[in-house]
Amino acid sequence: MTAIPLKYLKTDTHLHPVKREPKLRVHHVSKVFEQKTRIVTALEDTNFDVREGEFVTILGPSGCGKSTILKVIAGLTEPSSGYVMLNNQRVNGPGADRGMVFQAYTLFPWLTVEQNIGFGLQLKGIAKPQRHKIVQHYLELIGLNGFGAMYPNNLSGGMKQRVAIARALANDPEVLLMDEPFGALDAQTRTVMQELLLKVWEESQKTILFVTHDIDEAIFMGDRVYVMTARPGRLKAEIPIPIHRPREFSIKTSPEFMHLKAEILELIREESWKAASEIGS
Amino acid sequence: MQFKQYFKLKENIPSHVYVALGVFSFVILLAVWCILTYGGHVPSLFLPSPSDIIVQFYHMLTELNLLRDILASLYRVMAGFILASLIGVPLGLLMGSFKIAEGLIEPIVGFVRYMPASAFIPLLILWIGIGDLQKIAVIFIGTFFQQVLMIRDVAKNVSNELIDTSYTLGADQKAAFIRVILPAALPGIMDTLRITLGWAWTYLVVAELVAASSGLGYMIMEAQRFLRTAGIIVGILVIGLLGLVTDILFKTAYNRMFPWLEGRSE
Repeated sequence: MTAIPLKYLKTDTHLHPVKREPKLRVHHVSKVFEQKTRIVTALEDTNFDVREGEFVTILGPSGCGKSTILKVIAGLTEPSSGYVMLNNQRVNGPGADRGMVFQAYTLFPWLTVEQNIGFGLQLKGIAKPQRHKIVQHYLELIGLNGFGAMYPNNLSGGMKQRVAIARALANDPEVLLMDEPFGALDAQTRTVMQELLLKVWEESQKTILFVTHDIDEAIFMGDRVYVMTARPGRLKAEIPIPIHRPREFSIKTSPEFMHLKAEILELIREESWKAASEIGS
Repeated sequence: MQFKQYFKLKENIPSHVYVALGVFSFVILLAVWCILTYGGHVPSLFLPSPSDIIVQFYHMLTELNLLRDILASLYRVMAGFILASLIGVPLGLLMGSFKIAEGLIEPIVGFVRYMPASAFIPLLILWIGIGDLQKIAVIFIGTFFQQVLMIRDVAKNVSNELIDTSYTLGADQKAAFIRVILPAALPGIMDTLRITLGWAWTYLVVAELVAASSGLGYMIMEAQRFLRTAGIIVGILVIGLLGLVTDILFKTAYNRMFPWLEGRSE
């Protein structure tokens, strides 16, 4: 990784049991969009790893290309250069091994909650009784027992995202990619969802890459936070979060948390000033 | 609820009031009609009275074989419409899903669509005569080209995010088409069919006004020739009623097919 100040370099502060080998490796990935009048660099030479069982967050302002990273990893967008490795295999196109939860509500409205969660399982050809069992397990996990027969139109925003998480997890992906999944939710629901996701993560032992523009969320959820800057989008720093797990909402006001937040805010501020003066000149 | 409430912008009103309003407007129309005709303000040659219409309707049903004309028209509309839909729906879905299909078909369809179907009648008579097939062809031309473009838009409007989601759940292109684009487009397809069926009825009359020997359009022309004004109005009313019935059938099917559309929208 380029241009990371020494003090942010990774130290071994993991408190969550994490296996060492990289599960997901993003290798010199860049993305350039050619528009009619100009060329936009959405993502500049990006390198990072996510280890098995880790919860990594990417924090950045809107339009910094953080969604582009996820889309490249998911195989929904071709990188302009570089590649993505999952379990030492080069990623080529989308696949069920990389589940994704989007910010927009993407439940299939014509399917019930149960059918939504079972969508990937059905594609895999898993028989109905087995499917039913898995679906029930995840319904329970997200606390929506008894909602299985409902259609998404009758669910609240928070419930929809819970089902979307269950749907992605039921497919048993190698990594779970989350693109600001709580971005459209109100503050109270968002808090509940963060705690719920951490609980689900601890139970499922999944590897999660989580993108957000909310500093609190990035720190609260992550083992490590990658801070991104915009125009062109690139990773500026990697910040380990040495806060004990399981984490509860109350840590958001702890001195430890505040200290990390101040550090990241300072980083972002520097960069914003730089960007602002570049535009000015 | 206060009376003033009824005049708020986009505010809901109680359903019994809503229904009453519909009945009321029909009653007013009927009343004006009665006053004009029974009051002798308009000669019956121009506007026959309601009772004239009923008598005429009975007369046509028993003496002039109205049922035969209805069946002939129904057959033509349905044949033309179903034929157009059988080709138009898959083609529109392809155009909405694959840019290559759109590039190939859109220019032709977009051009032909602006040619009035009725202008094809002389050509069609030349080509395929004056039988049922020619009427069906007019209806086909009138509905098909509109339908294709409407269905294309329906398919295009299927959210890319839903398709991407299905990919991340392990779907390939075929699965995404069958399990996402198709079900997502289905309500829009039904809407399009409902709207274009109405247009098919319009083109039916146009087709039957020229070189026809049966059907409701023909019947209306015959009535005009013999100055049976009541007969003209019966023909128009029958077409209106048939349209209404098919519309209700579509609406019922729609609600049955898409229970998932109900509920709150965010």
